[in-house]
Amino acid sequence: MISNSKTASRDFSEILLKFICYFCVTIFTLVCLFPFVLMVMSSFMTEKEIITEGFKLIPKQLTTAAYKFLFQNPKAIINAYSVTILITVVGTTVGLFLMSMTGYVLNRKDFKYRNFFAFFMYFTTLFSGGLIPTYILMVKVLHLKDNILAMILPGLMSPWSVFLMRNFMKSIPDSLYESATIDGAGGFRIYWQIYLPLSIPSLATVGLFQALGYWNEWYNAMLYIESANKFPLQYLLQKMVNQANIQQLILRGITIDVTQLPTQSIKMATAVVAIGPIILLYPFVQRYFITGLTLGAVKG
Amino acid sequence: MANGTEISGYAVNRNVSHWQNFVREFKKNKVLFFMLLPMIIYFVIFCYLPMPGAYIAFVDYNMSKGIFGSKFVGLKNFEFLIKNGDLWRITRNTLLYNLVFLTLGNIFQIAFAIMISEINNKLYKKLSQSIILLPYFMSMVIVGVFAYNLFNYDYGFVNTILTSLGFERYSFYSDPYIWKYIIVAFNLWKSTGYGMIVYLASITGIDSELYEAAYMDGASHWQRIRYITLPMLKPTFVLLVLFGLGGILRGSFDLFYNLIGNNSVLYPQTDIIDTYVFRSLVGQFNLPLGAAVGFYQSIFGLVAVLTVNYIVKKIEPDYALF
Repeated sequence: MISNSKTASRDFSEILLKFICYFCVTIFTLVCLFPFVLMVMSSFMTEKEIITEGFKLIPKQLTTAAYKFLFQNPKAIINAYSVTILITVVGTTVGLFLMSMTGYVLNRKDFKYRNFFAFFMYFTTLFSGGLIPTYILMVKVLHLKDNILAMILPGLMSPWSVFLMRNFMKSIPDSLYESATIDGAGGFRIYWQIYLPLSIPSLATVGLFQALGYWNEWYNAMLYIESANKFPLQYLLQKMVNQANIQQLILRGITIDVTQLPTQSIKMATAVVAIGPIILLYPFVQRYFITGLTLGAVKG
Repeated sequence: MANGTEISGYAVNRNVSHWQNFVREFKKNKVLFFMLLPMIIYFVIFCYLPMPGAYIAFVDYNMSKGIFGSKFVGLKNFEFLIKNGDLWRITRNTLLYNLVFLTLGNIFQIAFAIMISEINNKLYKKLSQSIILLPYFMSMVIVGVFAYNLFNYDYGFVNTILTSLGFERYSFYSDPYIWKYIIVAFNLWKSTGYGMIVYLASITGIDSELYEAAYMDGASHWQRIRYITLPMLKPTFVLLVLFGLGGILRGSFDLFYNLIGNNSVLYPQTDIIDTYVFRSLVGQFNLPLGAAVGFYQSIFGLVAVLTVNYIVKKIEPDYALF
């Protein structure tokens, strides 16, 4: 049996441990939250206070001037939002369709070449031509410079997501497929009417990652997009932060007294507007992300 | 199928039989082949077509003549990169950053996974877990905005604090050394949540009887973490580290570009392979040089993955990728 003094010391060490855990987790949670809070507060600061004293966590005065300005001159933001929504919706839907279809075929045990095609995809994660040949291909061969497709196509299919869907479909009993074949259903119909509806959990997970990727897209825009009306949200934001002079980006033709432009708080307000939808949706979709993360990490 | 294996016994007929097999299979599963067609076209165009383009690394590129019309110069581009020290500098930076990301990252992820699992309050546990994971979903552009918000010379939050305390403003964007720490800090900020979730899943999978038995034997909480939780996390840890090592030459372009951008003052400490290749493309200074670096990265990346996979296969065949 455990002696009394031993239990006492154990209780003490337990309390100490709990204290350390709560303390560290709280601190780190605050650290994770801090940049968001600072950004939101900065977006509500008056331009005068930013210029004289700098960004603050607790401003002396709060104003919605930056947001008012953004929504009074919404052309650039609305434009960027439409581009982002367009690439997100098209990229996610088409990508999900193609990847689930591929996953279905690679899962069919009567399809002899499934391992060959799986490796055909997998190899592209091991070796790639690199940025420069890819760029030359996109621009010189496919002529996708300044084309919205240049932001959709590169992220359309990923081997990992295909494998994730294939592995999910493995858990669907073969008997379903067999009875459907006996009933005379063809390969595509079995996929579309039986496997697809049953794979909704994996579709949700992969789809959310896909959508997140497109929502956060800026890299291909930076490489290929030239005209301002095709800028996605993140790229517009990146340009705004890196430029001292933001009026052409925002106003595009509208003339305004430049000295009144709340340049600094607008940058922060645009960032808030860009991440807003993610933060709002986050509590509802987090569950699917977590299943995806744990699934993907174990094995592709 | 049985017929196919019979025929393949004859060496002469081998190719023919493979072809016949394929045709037979194609006829049988025509629909399935058509369903695969989009995938095949996609990967051929976007992944396989650029591969021969890596040949540009071996030529003296002439725009008007194209990649395959330009003069072949062998390894001259690589020689140049080695001689001027660029290759060594960016390789060293990429390797060191990735090693630090991997080591500190895993320490943070394991530590917070264990600490969160020790929290009894359900709501608090869920809330902190969600908040720590939140940065994972932000684009690196947002990280760049945060850096601007914090470290800008004129308005940055850190300088607001410094000046209000009576110190001089600090010019972060002209000090290459401090960015090493800022980059690592942002990487930890962004990636801890992801790894933590993975480790938490392993911790939840540990049989609770083990802990109960240890408790009955008088083990303290610390001892239970030390002798049960940590050893049980070892397989996950080994896997994550090994695959991290497989990607050791792949830099996170997003992170570096959004924090450093085109600020050449900071390059000595912050230039990695991926940013170098990117500049060779955008700055148009030399496409073959950039492609040479990219090719070198691909080859060594492949070697790294194969080596790691070989090792994993030796230790734990179930975890090997192929």
